[in-house]
Amino acid sequence: MRDAFIVGVGQTPVGEHWDRGLRELGAEAVRAALDDAGFETAGALYVGNMLGGCVNGQENVATLVADAAGLLPVEALKIEAACASGGAAVRAAALAVAAGACDVAVAAGVEKMTDGAPDGIIAGLATAADQDYEASHGMSFVALSALLMRRYMHETGAPREAFAPFAVVAHANAATNGNAMFREPISAEQFGRSALVASPIGIFDAAPVCDGAAAVVVCSQEALRAHHKPVRIAAASVATDTIALAARSDVLTLSAAAVSAQKAYAAAGRGPKDMDLFEAHDAFTIITALSLEACGFAKRGEALRLAAEGCIAPGGCIPISTFGGLKARGHPVGASGAYQIVEAALQLRGEGGENQVKGARRALAQSVGGHGSVAVTHILEA
Amino acid sequence: MDLARYHRLRSAYYRLEGQRCTSCQAVQFPARTTCRICRARTLEPHRLSGRGTVYSHAEVGPAPRGFASPYLVALVQLEEGLLLTAQLTDVDPEDVMIGLPVEMVTRRIQEHGAQGYLVYGYKFRPILPRRKAS
Repeated sequence: MRDAFIVGVGQTPVGEHWDRGLRELGAEAVRAALDDAGFETAGALYVGNMLGGCVNGQENVATLVADAAGLLPVEALKIEAACASGGAAVRAAALAVAAGACDVAVAAGVEKMTDGAPDGIIAGLATAADQDYEASHGMSFVALSALLMRRYMHETGAPREAFAPFAVVAHANAATNGNAMFREPISAEQFGRSALVASPIGIFDAAPVCDGAAAVVVCSQEALRAHHKPVRIAAASVATDTIALAARSDVLTLSAAAVSAQKAYAAAGRGPKDMDLFEAHDAFTIITALSLEACGFAKRGEALRLAAEGCIAPGGCIPISTFGGLKARGHPVGASGAYQIVEAALQLRGEGGENQVKGARRALAQSVGGHGSVAVTHILEA
Repeated sequence: MDLARYHRLRSAYYRLEGQRCTSCQAVQFPARTTCRICRARTLEPHRLSGRGTVYSHAEVGPAPRGFASPYLVALVQLEEGLLLTAQLTDVDPEDVMIGLPVEMVTRRIQEHGAQGYLVYGYKFRPILPRRKAS
């Protein structure tokens, strides 16, 4: 397999884009990434998207975006892996280049959530869960997270407030990201006072419903140009776990996340200590905690201590969600994995601006779908 | 829920029917082609006890389409050891705690299916004190 490099990144601001739909958002990110790379077109386009069918009534999203971005007759396929769709699209592009199927591939993620009515979006998100044994019993995505969080609190003895650092750090990082949805810092006190959505989950535990698109251009060594600042995809791996939470031998171990991280570490010949930053799937604070544990940054039940010690903040031992993460940059679900890769690549290019992690050479990015039923892990190197 | 799907799920929804592996004796729910523990294919239908304790619980605020909040959901740990996701019923939210003994009951799960019928299935309630046989 050949090496694959990220040589272009593009993103739209995350938020409520009332004047733009899937096609406009997707095309803008794809064109921006190609412009950044200095390429006119690509050999393949992979588009991560989760809710196009059930919220927007639009499948065949990759063709839609290829058409809008002026890339026809390019090979274009939608990649769906619930909230990990964007990450999975990057993996598909990396595979296409590494296998020699093409020299230049574009991976994008796009989601247009705000067109849907709230109960339709809640039902749409729940399609990532087990329809027969979770969603059909009235389980919402937030409720599943609440079940995890309450059990975690029960086993560790941690209070709700102990999850505050994840949200506080995410909001602080988003404040200096011009593409972030929430650019207002919050305090631990505000976190503690926040309204409960599904106890013990409060509004500051959860990522917002929003729209956005992000894209990266992946190319082979042969296609690199002098002006590129290539970021090597040192590893890209996917693993799965039971679709229903209840069927897992330990619901507090995200084993798909752990297995995909172990595969990625092995492929890159690296370990957690070699990572300079971690773009975590912080859709809920409990998922951030479980992801940190799954990726080897903390032992089971010890992620909150890591957070309390300031380890996850800028300058800490493993800064996370460096541009605000899903929590505060925003979580347009099928696009979030692509945003993570864009942000990690910016860090490794030294173009993080006020959010730059000093001396960042290696980044871990992990996109988790369906409460850990699928996980995509990337290791990127400057 | 579509009618054919509801029909397909009847043994699981009405009788909590899962499987038992005749190789390693593990019990699983729902049914699969292989045992989730030893991967053997020697599986036979097995009806779960329907008794257990609350492993974790939550109150659903904003509800998905087809459901009216608030209602309680839980991971229930059955006597057999495995977990099940279900709604809790016949209990005040403030009385629910991890470890609460619960039992299966058959209740209405969805108000209306797409064609207007009612979907029934399992929920869990606190175990009621049993009357002595007279």
